[in-house]
Parts: sequence; structure tokens; C-alpha cells
Amino acid sequence: MSEIQSLLLLKKVDKEFGIGTIDRVKALDNINLSINEHDSITVIGSNGAGKTTLLNIIAGVYPPERGGNIIINNMDITNLVEHKRSQYFGRVYQDPHIGTAAKMTIGENLSLAIARGRSRGLRVATTKKRLTYFQEILATLQLGLEDRLNTLVGTLSGGQRQALALVMATISRPALLLLDEHTAKLDPNTAGIVLKLTEDIVSSENITVLMVTHNMEHALRYGNRLLMMHKGKIIVDLNHEQRSGITVNDLLTAFERASGEQLTDDSILLNRKGTSDNDEVG
Amino acid sequence: MDIIGNLLSISLYEGLAYGLMALGVYITFRVLSFPDLSVDGSFPLGGAVAAVFIINGVNPWLATVAAFGAGCISGLGTALLNTKLRINALLAGILMMVALYSINLLIMGRSNMPLLREVTVFDHVADFLGTDTSLALSISFMVVLAIIVLAVLNWFLRTEIGLALRATGDNEQMVRGLGGNTDMTTMLGVSMSNGFVALSGSLIAQNQGFTDVGMGIGMIVMGLASVIIGEGLFRPKGVTTVLLAVFGGAFAYRLFISVALRLGLPPTNLKLVTALLVVAALSITLIRKKLRHEWVPPAVRM
Repeated sequence: MSEIQSLLLLKKVDKEFGIGTIDRVKALDNINLSINEHDSITVIGSNGAGKTTLLNIIAGVYPPERGGNIIINNMDITNLVEHKRSQYFGRVYQDPHIGTAAKMTIGENLSLAIARGRSRGLRVATTKKRLTYFQEILATLQLGLEDRLNTLVGTLSGGQRQALALVMATISRPALLLLDEHTAKLDPNTAGIVLKLTEDIVSSENITVLMVTHNMEHALRYGNRLLMMHKGKIIVDLNHEQRSGITVNDLLTAFERASGEQLTDDSILLNRKGTSDNDEVG
Repeated sequence: MDIIGNLLSISLYEGLAYGLMALGVYITFRVLSFPDLSVDGSFPLGGAVAAVFIINGVNPWLATVAAFGAGCISGLGTALLNTKLRINALLAGILMMVALYSINLLIMGRSNMPLLREVTVFDHVADFLGTDTSLALSISFMVVLAIIVLAVLNWFLRTEIGLALRATGDNEQMVRGLGGNTDMTTMLGVSMSNGFVALSGSLIAQNQGFTDVGMGIGMIVMGLASVIIGEGLFRPKGVTTVLLAVFGGAFAYRLFISVALRLGLPPTNLKLVTALLVVAALSITLIRKKLRHEWVPPAVRM
């Protein structure tokens, strides 16, 4: 099994906020994580568990505390600034506003995205050749965006923007795709469409994914590995075999055992299925 | 008829010359969303640098380019305060503006410098064309310069760097996530902006025959007025039309001021009128939205 290449390694990663104040909090507590190539990992955990902090640390929004290391493809990127690091990562945020630029057109947004990992020069950005390419890609979404390359992104709906953000995050084939509850702000129907798109793109491009979600069923259904976080720690790490046959209720029990706490987070509790006689797996 | 023609041509020259300054304001305020108030200092900086160079016998073209460069450096300073020292953009601009007042006095050695007997770029152009310096010549020169600047900017804002620069003003976090260096684009944009402002200052000084340390007071408001009026009058869509609208707005603003002065407005009230004009232009947008029952978010404080 040793031929599986470790894509991303987090070694002893800590992150604290509010150092020197009364609100000091340990957002990440000694995280050791190895992500293999073609892994598709879902991450769950209650609010404040450190899920978004984990993505931010990987993306380089802020550095970990001293002593921690982040290694990608055997290269230490702990001290690499965000914009230099983003050649490896595509990211879709919870808020569609963050992943796209409202005052620019769809074509311009995609032109910005396609330049990730390359040096930006004085070439004209939105060429005819590129626009044709964008049209082809957008046509696969079947949202009608391919005919609207000159439309300002600010006039699109949240779902359309998030679909565009997804294309922008993957168009330059990142080594790792970071999804931060990217369907949480969409209505259930649109969320379903965007999730389906995510699956399609990830499988057709064979991209490694780290997907944070609030939805336990999604966490069980998608991907091949599941992480559960609590108070800055990874308390559950299930691989594909371990995960099969597991229900939402099992996850909640595992959570309570591993954290030694009762669940208080409504958003997770709401996912809990009635009683134990409900044995169906989603 | 003659008076109207005269008013129009003076406003046209001024609209083009101050339009360069307004273009700088447009780049920071609208493209980068970086409210740079250092314009009040970089405008006279351009005048000061050009004047000192010309008086010391430097070729006026070189002096004008040096003024542009000095503006770029001052803009770089403002952007460094913001990006590297993480000082709020408004405060960074104000700090640079205050510092530039002393810097301009240091460069000039006094508060006012006459250029009347010196050879300026306008004299060079007149010599080249074999005519005398005149308003028509100044206008033609400024038209050519404006066309060059517009063409270059129109191209630049469509390049990959230009696109990253525009996106920085729209969504900084996204640009970094897509591998764009937002510190670099901010420095580039604010430098470029102040370069144009200083260029405008150096040309105004050469044309009016003197430079004064106080000639930048209220320049930011005039630039903003031009941008807002241009956007309101021409409702531009797309990069090219926006750039043209800024010059159009500068022309409309100068025309308004010239007419007001002709109608007997005391020159001492000029800045007050400018400020009121900007307030009026901004309120019109608000009132129009309120009439349409559109929700208007509260203004940003910091």
C-alpha cells in the first residue's frame, strides 16, 4: 500500500486566535493529517470545531503557530504566502460573493481564474480563443451561462454564482480542491444542483477534494474518507471501508464518545433520525 | 457668442488637463476601491518637481516625465503604508498628503515659483509647429496627450495584470485565492494614479506659468466631482466609455465653474461651491434610489 503518494501533509499544526486577550482560543490543536492523491474527504463538526480554520491554514490565509508544518508534494509550504500557494489549491467558499467578482463579467472572472498558477503579464486577458473555451466549459453546466459571458456576475443568482465559482476553482486543475460548505447558503434545490456539479467535475477531472459540510448525510454519501472535528482536533477519521454501513446516528454516537460531550449544536441535532428502529442507510 | 466660445474652449483645455488628475482619482476610488486622499499633495508635487527641473535648465519634457515619476513614487509610498504597514487606506492617504506639503516646500525651497520666462513643453510644441503658444495649441496638445493616455489605459485594464488590478478593487480575497498578488496590484494602481495626478499638476503649472504649494487644496474633491458627474451624465458601461466619461465629467465640471465665475461668483467661494456640487451629485443618486423604493445601505465609516 505504500505506493499511495501523500499529496498534502499537516504536521503538528496549531492555530490560536486572540493571543494575549481574554478571548484566547485554540482553533486547531495539534493537527496531523495526510491527504493522499485522489482522496475525496468530507469534514464535519459543530460550529467552532476548526473546519474553516483548517482550510484557511491549508490555503495560507494565515500561517500556523511555530512548530507546525504544511507539506505539499514533498515541498514545505508553511511560509509561502497565500497568492503564491494558490497555484496548488482551488477553493469555493460558503458565500458565493467571495468566490466571484461582482463588478466584472463572467468572461473576465474566468480569465482571472485560468491564470492561477501562471505569471500574469501584459497579454490581453480575455481573448476570443479563451472565450470559446469558456463557452464549452459553461455549456456542460447546463445553466445557460455559456451565452452570457459578457454579463456582470453581480446580476447572477446565488446558485449561478456558486456554480461559476466552482468552475473558477477547478478550471486550472488544482492539486487540491477546498470546499467550505459551498452549498450551505443555497436553497435545497440549488444546493442539490451544485453538489451534483461538484461530483461531476471532481470525477471527470479526477481532483483531490477536501469538503467541509454541515450535513452528515452528505458527509457519508460523498467521498471516500470522513473526518470529524471537535474543538480544533480531528476526533474521528474513517476510511472508505470503515465508513460503509455507518449511519448518521452512528456518527453522532461516535461524536459523543470521542468528545465526551452531548451534542448541543442544533444544526447537527436536526440531522438525528428518530429512534434506533430506523436502520436505513441514506 | 464670443464669450460662449471662449468659455467652452477654456473649459475644454481645463477639462482635459484636470481630466488627467480625475483619471487618477478614478483609478484609486473606483477601480481599486482605495480612497486615496494624497491627491491634494501629489498634484502640487508634480508642479514642484517640473518647476524645479525646468528652472535648473532641464529639458521640459524630461521635467514632465520626472513629475510623473515623482507622483508614482508618492503613490507607492501611500500604497506601502496600506499594504505593508496595514494602515487604513484613508489614513494612509491623509498621512501622505500632510507629509507631501512639507516635501513640496522642501523641493521648491519657497511656496511659489514663477515659470513665466522659462521654456515649457507648450513652448516646445509651439516651436515645433512654428506657431505661437495659444489656447488652441494647448487644447490640441492636451487632446493628443489624453488620447495617448486613454489608449494605453484602455489596453492596460484589459491585460492580465489590469484585470487582476480591477478585481482587487472588487474582491481582494478572491484575487489572492486565484494567485493574484493584491499588494502588488494595489501598489501598481495607486502609483499609476498619483503619476497621472502629478502629470496633470506639472502641465497645469507649466501652462499657467507658476506653481504654488497650495494649488492642490481641494483637488481630491474636484477629481471626485469630475468622476461622479461623468458617471451621472454619461452612464458609461465598460472600460472605454468609463475612461471617456471621466474626461467628460472633468469638462462639465470646469464649464460649470467657469460659468459660475463669469456670472459673478467670488473666486474665494470656489471650494465651497465644489464641495456643495459633490454633495448635490451624491444626494441625487440617493434621492433617485429612494424614489424607486430601493434600499440604500448605511455609509461605510472606516
